Amino acid sequence: MKVYTYFPGCSSSEGTAVAYGESIKAIAGAIGMELVELEDWNCCGSTPYSSTDELGSLCVAARNLALAEKAERDMVTPCSACFTVMNRAKAHLREYPDLRAKVKECLKEAGLEYGGGVRVRHLFEAIYNDIGFGTIAAKMVSPLKGLKVAAYYGCQLVRPESDFDDPNNPKSLEFLVTSLGAEAVPFAMRDRCCGGSLVIPELDLTLGLLHKVFESAAAGGARAIVTVCPLCQTNLDAYQDMVNKKFKTSYNMPVLFFSQLIGVALGMSPKALALDRGLVPAKKVLASYYSAVAATGGGA
Amino acid sequence: MWQKLCFMTLAEESPGAGAALAERPTATAEAEDDSFAEEVYSLPGGEGVRWCIQCGICSASCPNVARMEYSPRRTIAMIRAGRRNDVLNSNSPWICASCYLCTVRCPRGVKPTELMHALERLSTRYGTHSRRVSTPAMYRAFVNSIKNNGRVHEVGLMMEYYRKTNPISALRMSSVGLGLLRHGRLSLKASKIKGVGQINAMLKKAESLGGAK
Ligand code: SF4
Ligand code: SF4
Repeated sequence: MKVYTYFPGCSSSEGTAVAYGESIKAIAGAIGMELVELEDWNCCGSTPYSSTDELGSLCVAARNLALAEKAERDMVTPCSACFTVMNRAKAHLREYPDLRAKVKECLKEAGLEYGGGVRVRHLFEAIYNDIGFGTIAAKMVSPLKGLKVAAYYGCQLVRPESDFDDPNNPKSLEFLVTSLGAEAVPFAMRDRCCGGSLVIPELDLTLGLLHKVFESAAAGGARAIVTVCPLCQTNLDAYQDMVNKKFKTSYNMPVLFFSQLIGVALGMSPKALALDRGLVPAKKVLASYYSAVAATGGGA
Repeated sequence: MWQKLCFMTLAEESPGAGAALAERPTATAEAEDDSFAEEVYSLPGGEGVRWCIQCGICSASCPNVARMEYSPRRTIAMIRAGRRNDVLNSNSPWICASCYLCTVRCPRGVKPTELMHALERLSTRYGTHSRRVSTPAMYRAFVNSIKNNGRVHEVGLMMEYYRKTNPISALRMSSVGLGLLRHGRLSLKASKIKGVGQINAMLKKAESLGGAK
């Protein structure tokens, strides 16, 4: 078992992406990961905070970093926004000595200290590099043969910078899809923006972005989209109906978290993987993989 | 000044620029303000403005440029030309989705995403931010949720946001909200972390150290 500090982030812990957190808990042990949740973690601050108040946003992020540093383990998060924002905070504390000095004083007010020593990683990257997709594939009960998947990176997994994949032409998520026996369809919009939190203040703009993603996934023949980010999943899943109404389309594309896709291949039950939380049902697309499991008597 | 020439003569590179231009408030004959460029260079995220070669790759990459009053490239040209009011009133930074495409593609390491955030902070500080977008209200509700609970409570955030902006527009979201609720994806109660006091102590100190600068 590899042990990590786990930072779920707000939406995956009990919000709109609760299925992400649930499915991660379901697969972690089975793939050899022990995730120890960071005690009393707070919101990473996300873009809204750093776009209004630099020092405040760094303080908020630094509290998490300080708490995590005590545990002396790598911290993993499944949320691409948390991942990017906390690494941004780390870089800012390194690059701007005056901000670093101020944040240090603020942390002191909270009885905390941060020495700069926590590695913040995306859970997907930790699984890719530390566990290995081959190891997961070896444990498969129900390979996803014939499943056509659009591997959607969104923005903040490999941008603004990445130490494990090419920011201009990422491949790692396609590797996962094919390792699980599924087919990764050609998907031009795979690393384009879903609109993120702009879906609230800029709804029509965001629906336009989502429409392009669906159009591209459907052109490749995808039956489902897989994501690594809670915001991407929520936007693509919960607003799919609105996209259909606005653009007179009829997309019916379940949007799965990568953890759910792994869980299906490992034969875990739809309930354990929280598959029923998707607004666009995934049942039909995944049914054959479950009946195959039932026929052989395997699965959890 | 060559920067100003760039600003005036370069044809806009974005496909939707026509729409953006039509929406734009009539150009002001704003006097040049040399201190503005210096101010932006001195901000975290504003340093790169100096290195920009006006190639327009950022604007050509930007998924949201058609909705922006000024493209990222143009925004940079205007900063260098000292157009303080136009830049700090524009909707552009608030339309940025932080997709970082411009940042990975820029040949000069300008980091336009960070610049957009820096401009959002600057216009927040001066209270000059665009009234034609509601992103600032959403961001404020987001930050308030963190101050109150330590975490973001999505339902509370939305309620504050719609109350402060346009309650009627919430109707359009009701089907999404109900769908999420039925699938157990909206928690009605905010969970408060133990460290809310710590956070507020830090933020109070931050304010005394110059706060939102
Ligand atoms: S891509 Fe970089 S150098 Fe080119 S215009 Fe944009 S900011 Fe300037
Ligand atoms: S980060 Fe912002 S400015 Fe840059 S391409 Fe994306 S939306 Fe446009």
